[in-house]
Amino acid sequence: MASRQEILAAVIDIVRSHRPEAGEVGEASRFDEDLAVDSATAMDLVMEIEDRYDLDIPLNALADLRTVGDLADLVHRLLVERGA
Amino acid sequence: MKDIFDKYLPLERRRRELFGETRDLPFALTVERLLSPTRALVGGREILLFGTNNYLGLTFDPAAIEAGIRALREWGTGTTGSRIANGTYVLHRQLEQAFARFLDRGTAIVFTTGYQANLATISGLAGPRDVILVDADSHASIYDGCRLSGATVIRFRHNDPEDLDRRLSRLGEVEGSVLVVVEGLYSMLGDVAPLPELCAVVRRHGAWLLVDEAHSFGVYGARGRGLAEAQGVEREVHFVAGTFSKSLGAVGGFAASDHPRFELLRIAARPYMFTASPSPATMASVLAILERIGREPELRSRLWDNARRLHAGLAELGFTLGAPVSPVVAVVLPDERTAVRAWQRLLAEGVYVNLALPPGTPGRRSLLRASVSAAHEPEEIETALATFARIGRELDLVAPRP
Repeated sequence: MASRQEILAAVIDIVRSHRPEAGEVGEASRFDEDLAVDSATAMDLVMEIEDRYDLDIPLNALADLRTVGDLADLVHRLLVERGA
Repeated sequence: MKDIFDKYLPLERRRRELFGETRDLPFALTVERLLSPTRALVGGREILLFGTNNYLGLTFDPAAIEAGIRALREWGTGTTGSRIANGTYVLHRQLEQAFARFLDRGTAIVFTTGYQANLATISGLAGPRDVILVDADSHASIYDGCRLSGATVIRFRHNDPEDLDRRLSRLGEVEGSVLVVVEGLYSMLGDVAPLPELCAVVRRHGAWLLVDEAHSFGVYGARGRGLAEAQGVEREVHFVAGTFSKSLGAVGGFAASDHPRFELLRIAARPYMFTASPSPATMASVLAILERIGREPELRSRLWDNARRLHAGLAELGFTLGAPVSPVVAVVLPDERTAVRAWQRLLAEGVYVNLALPPGTPGRRSLLRASVSAAHEPEEIETALATFARIGRELDLVAPRP
């Protein structure tokens, strides 16, 4: 199973590819204030992460996410729960 | 004290960037007088309406208007009550029976708006132990219904049965039930769901299927029952929802099913229970329109002739269109500013269409969305095409006249 660190690196890559003009992207970057990720972009990058890890991220879980690190934590937790 | 509206600063900024201080905001357009289902006075000028979703053009149907007036006289202006209190009149029962007959379903329920039809049906069917799989391009009312249900909500790629299949396979053990929600005709691009393929996936996984026929009811199928009828899969669709505010020319919504326990929604679905029931005039006018749609399939032929005429004309001019022909004809523009400019110029030249901008649009595209009506005269479509041609050339969207 991918480590939390590997997941974070992958999430950062994916966020960068969707927001190339956003500048520095790190664990603490906030989706709205720092990265100006709108709802449609958020959905696109979530789908890409779902494909990469072959999992589903429920919409319910997205509401609480504020930072890139939160998203990496969520993916990590879903993978642990699945026992992959 | 922090201004409670500060959270909308980005929204205000975006509005200013796109529209400046102009008063021609698409969401502030005021119709001063309606001259017919296809013409209105806006800013003191006559405008051709190509963005009303009035697909069958029946908003001025004389029998529906008379029935509405009669209901107003006999039943008053409003019901002042919810369906579960004093708001169920014999009119509501009659209309529900008429919908059940029209759709050939065991039970039909009517709602106060189309938005509430989806909100009530989805949140009534699914609960916190259930999982909903929803087409990514679904209408806001579907997303809001999902949220209200408390179910786990998973999006699948638009019109992609394989992606739905993959996600249903990944679900594993679900404590409750699995509900799949799709639309018939999608209102932004005018593309339709591949229902037979989606039904096959739903059946294989033992899930339930709800199809929202808001834009396809009255438009598709030999009897006008919607896309499921047209694609021959009605018996595989467990639940159907729709609206009065398009082909039926009023305000309200409906849902129907053969499930013997469907009536339970009446005591379980909050958007049905805790709102005033649809007005008597609405019930009466929709009953009349439903009857007319049933006996006059020529309305649909006229609508489709018009749709083909507008679609072919715009394609011939060189515009990029969102989907094959349907009563929703979406012109894809290169960017937001061009779309806003084209929308404003079209309006100035007397043609109204809908402006649809990202992020709410499929694939973040900037769209000018036209909807066709059976009430459009061939000359009105020619006028619209000529206007599109002029503006298209002016803004370098299509090649100059050869």
